[in-house]
Amino acid sequence: MTDQTVLKLNGLSKRFGPVVANDDVSLTLGRGEVLALLGENGAGKTTLMNMLFGHYLPDAGTVEVADPGGTLHPLPLGHPQAALAAGVGMVHQHFALAENINALDNITLGSEPLLSLRRDRRAAERKIKDIMARSGLTAPQDVPVGRLSVGERQRVEILKALYRDARILVLDEPTAVLTPQEADTLFANIKTMTAEGLSVIFISHKLREVLAFSDRIAVLRHGRKVGEMATSEADEGTIARLMVGADTPKVAREAATPGAPVLTLQNVSVAGRSKRDTLQGVTLTVHAHEILGIAGISGNGQSGLANLISGLAVPTAGMIRVDETEIARPSAATMVAAGIGRIPEDRHHEGIVGAMSVAENMVIERLGDPDIQSRGLLRRDAIQANAEGLAQAYDVRGPGVGAAARLLSGGNIQKLILARVFERAPRLILANQPTRGLDMGAAAEVGRRLLEARGRGAGVVLISEDLDEILGLADRIMVIRDGALVEAGTMDRAKIGLMMAGEPA
Amino acid sequence: MMDLLNILLSESFWAASLRIATPLIFGVLGALICERAGVLNLGIEGIFVVGAMCGWMAVWLGAGLWGGVIVAALAGAFFGLLHAILTVPLGLSQHVSGLGITLFATSVSYFTYRTALPNVSSPPRIEPFQALDIPVLSDLPFLGPVLFQQTALTWLALLMVALVWYVMNRSALGVALKAVGDNPDSVDAQGLSVYALRIWAIVAGSALMALGGAFLTMSAFDAFFFGMVNGRGWVCIALVIFASWRPGKALLGALLFGAFDALQVRLQTEMGALVPGQVFLMAPYILSIIALVIAARSADYPRALLTPWFKGQR
Amino acid sequence: MIRIEPRENTSRAFALGVPVLAALVALLLAAIPLLAAGANPITAYGEMIKGVFGSVFAVSEMLTRATPLIFTGLAAALAFRAKLWNIGAEGQLYLGAMAAVAVGSGWLDISGLLLVPLIVVIGAAAGAAGMVAPTYLKVRFGADEVVTTLLLNFIILIFLQMMLEGPLQDPMSLGWPQSAPILDQGVLPPLMDRMRVHSGLILALVLAGIAQFMLLRSVWGFKLRAVGENAAAARHAGINVKRSLFGVAAISGGLAGLAGVSEVAGLKGYLTADLSPGFGYTGIVVAMLAGLSPVGVVIAALFIASVFVGADSMSRAMGVSSFLADLVVSMSLLCVLVGGFLSKYRILRTAKAEATS
Repeated sequence: MTDQTVLKLNGLSKRFGPVVANDDVSLTLGRGEVLALLGENGAGKTTLMNMLFGHYLPDAGTVEVADPGGTLHPLPLGHPQAALAAGVGMVHQHFALAENINALDNITLGSEPLLSLRRDRRAAERKIKDIMARSGLTAPQDVPVGRLSVGERQRVEILKALYRDARILVLDEPTAVLTPQEADTLFANIKTMTAEGLSVIFISHKLREVLAFSDRIAVLRHGRKVGEMATSEADEGTIARLMVGADTPKVAREAATPGAPVLTLQNVSVAGRSKRDTLQGVTLTVHAHEILGIAGISGNGQSGLANLISGLAVPTAGMIRVDETEIARPSAATMVAAGIGRIPEDRHHEGIVGAMSVAENMVIERLGDPDIQSRGLLRRDAIQANAEGLAQAYDVRGPGVGAAARLLSGGNIQKLILARVFERAPRLILANQPTRGLDMGAAAEVGRRLLEARGRGAGVVLISEDLDEILGLADRIMVIRDGALVEAGTMDRAKIGLMMAGEPA
Repeated sequence: MMDLLNILLSESFWAASLRIATPLIFGVLGALICERAGVLNLGIEGIFVVGAMCGWMAVWLGAGLWGGVIVAALAGAFFGLLHAILTVPLGLSQHVSGLGITLFATSVSYFTYRTALPNVSSPPRIEPFQALDIPVLSDLPFLGPVLFQQTALTWLALLMVALVWYVMNRSALGVALKAVGDNPDSVDAQGLSVYALRIWAIVAGSALMALGGAFLTMSAFDAFFFGMVNGRGWVCIALVIFASWRPGKALLGALLFGAFDALQVRLQTEMGALVPGQVFLMAPYILSIIALVIAARSADYPRALLTPWFKGQR
Repeated sequence: MIRIEPRENTSRAFALGVPVLAALVALLLAAIPLLAAGANPITAYGEMIKGVFGSVFAVSEMLTRATPLIFTGLAAALAFRAKLWNIGAEGQLYLGAMAAVAVGSGWLDISGLLLVPLIVVIGAAAGAAGMVAPTYLKVRFGADEVVTTLLLNFIILIFLQMMLEGPLQDPMSLGWPQSAPILDQGVLPPLMDRMRVHSGLILALVLAGIAQFMLLRSVWGFKLRAVGENAAAARHAGINVKRSLFGVAAISGGLAGLAGVSEVAGLKGYLTADLSPGFGYTGIVVAMLAGLSPVGVVIAALFIASVFVGADSMSRAMGVSSFLADLVVSMSLLCVLVGGFLSKYRILRTAKAEATS
């Protein structure tokens, strides 16, 4: 690490309608430095980086990038092409890869003239080999990217940036999809690259990895930079306070004794379309007064398990029992009727019908109830009254229960779903990634509600890719890998991490 | 049974198959390019009509046959551009916009034709493309009549198959087109313009579709009639799924369809007494539906097909 | 450089105004082809208005023309609400018409009190079958219903020709491909003396009202809207998506079939292969202009029918091709698409300095 500055953001501001995403944010980055950009969901980290990379045009502010000689030049804003040319590469949280073409094509895309009919693949292959050798990042080059693993795809993403001679690399939540061990490898690779002069900004909300792997930390809150310090001088408590603005709300957790089984799966298999929704002979039992955490790396069958419990997937083998009753022909409707409350992973896509009203979304799971309809006609007054009551009780804020549900913020959409699920006092709750994308306050509210249900005697299946969340809420942990479930038998972070990666603990 | 064998072995049958397949080859290739880039173009039926009318009218006004081909392609490109503007930067429903383009292009063509020729009972004829008579080759047994007595437009269609194949599989442009139809973000992140790629793909695809129409008035027939396209565009939309968006299979699909159509005409004359002729007329459309049903399950749709993309929203 | 930004809220007036504006813009744009055809647009518009509203007969003609469009417009609107792309109303219309003449032209010589309902029900059932089949192919095999319904239109039209030269042909037609006439007691009674407007219109209006009510107030309509807006969420919530699709397919096809019944039994009396000048396709435009609202369909159908009747009459008076009407109809579809966009998004001009940087 040297003193030479390679990047300066000067007073960047960005508004989306009434929402201030970034307000007068300034940052500097040194050559060979790893800067962690820390903040809650919605703090404006990604927006800031999207302005740097030209995806958004800032309302105010400038960006300066150093040329290879070290002289700072202003960067034309709003042009990804200009950012690329200046040596800024970005790896998005959602990979920007075309799955029907191979890694080499993804990497070279846009760096060759489109209208020339000949391509020099040889030279491209050589250059990529060279980069892979220097950085330690490897990925197969000649199969469609759709067949690569998540870790490999991420490496393709980074190779893309390095191929364009990036000297500044921005990584948006790079470890969200990796096992703890894979994440360690990634950071080791980053160290190799920074030693060669690459500068890195990585966005995260995981305090642990920020403290372990960065040189400097900048904290954003509500779009403003609220703190900046050398990592050596930082500690977890200070940063957490900076992120949230107050002490982190700790979810109070009381001991509970598990009761009778509420959900039993015996050797259940689901034939999914891909690895992520396939289950192979899964056996589990959830008891009353118990939160069962399902840990695992994204795409290892979590969707299959969620689909099964939600009634969206029909098992090819095995038996499902809710309380004492065997569910012979599972469907979403029978599962709801059996007393299962489901909090879906993708709340926008599966949780709500965005174009329909908040009130309608609150009754969508119980259209058969006589207090919602009589003789096939909707009882609109009852639906309205129900919605107003629930909005009050669950603090669903927005333009009113008559407005389209898509107008609600992410946190309020989740509250709508919580209201719909919890008002029926379900016997079992399936919570699939219930806090993803929520700010800390809303996430804490979800945790509180789950614990409350547990206290009332419900069983909870909590599927999460955030191990810290599971460790904080679950009474018992199982690990899912390749569609199979194993009892963790421990609350030890490192051991569970190894099991997630498929290695013996 | 012998009759069927005789038909399948006859030169005229295969020559007819290729002739019938020609407009479909243009149409399927055009649809393929649009869909590879992620945009369904249901304007195809209307663009066929526009190509047929404009090509014919340009020749009738004295532009020469190749002039007519160029005019047809430009007209197709124009309606393609309209569809592109509505569906790419504005991100409007590709279904509705496409149907709108079909209705619009058809009514513009009919209105123009009627206005130019208010009171004709039989449509005026032009001198269409003639079979390219290549000395030696045309005299080859079997192959000669099948391949070397087609018109220049059939050759152009075959050339286009090769060209589209090359671009899709061997060029940087093809990589970018496939990428933009699979995940537009991948293209945007590399500094290429999603809008430009998609718009040009639709424009180019639509120009090809119009050539399919032009073939009808300038090679298959020698005049323009109302209703002459008769669902050929829709058949192409089915065939492109059957072809899994590959130029080689698109050619195969069009040829199979042409062969079947040629066969039904011949069977109709053979067996006309036994079965109403309409049964045979229906067959090609039924075949298209069957092809679609067979291919649909395993079809590897471009992932971004029908999904609009807006800059700065990811 | 321009930028597109979603509007926070679309005002109701704006949403209602868009189709009206789109229709007006399309009519104004029609001045271009009129000028190209050497006609004075002002005079032409005058002739069109006279052709629609100039006499009771003219209004009756317009209502007659609007009747099948209400049916096919409803067919498209309901299906599109569920995101079921029924582009096959044209074929379903002919299925309904064939069923009507098969039952109503002498096969059963029963009292009109029985025959009329029978014709209506059988016609609707035939149309329904015409949409349920492609829906089955979609649900079971994943075959895109846009393509299958479009192709079915051609298949059904050829089938119709076969029937009109075969089993359905009128023995008295001297070889002409047309069916025997509907029995007198099976005819939908006219609404006014010496006018062509018939009671099919009443049926269309009643069905539009029922459709509107059911869509907004019934559990069935709730499910239909949920399936159309977000099928994944509807499935997750326990709604049987396939059942909803088959249900709306049957109703949509049935409504299109009724368009055929109404044309045959209410207007023409017998069936020929040119019964519909594209009512099925025009129904899509009607539905889109109506914003997929059943009540809106009635208004949009009246507008489109006015364009057709007005253009016909203008064409006769001024010698401009009546394809002008098709031009206006297709342009109003494109205009309403763009208008719908403008009501949902704002187009902002970003400052030049930034854009050219």
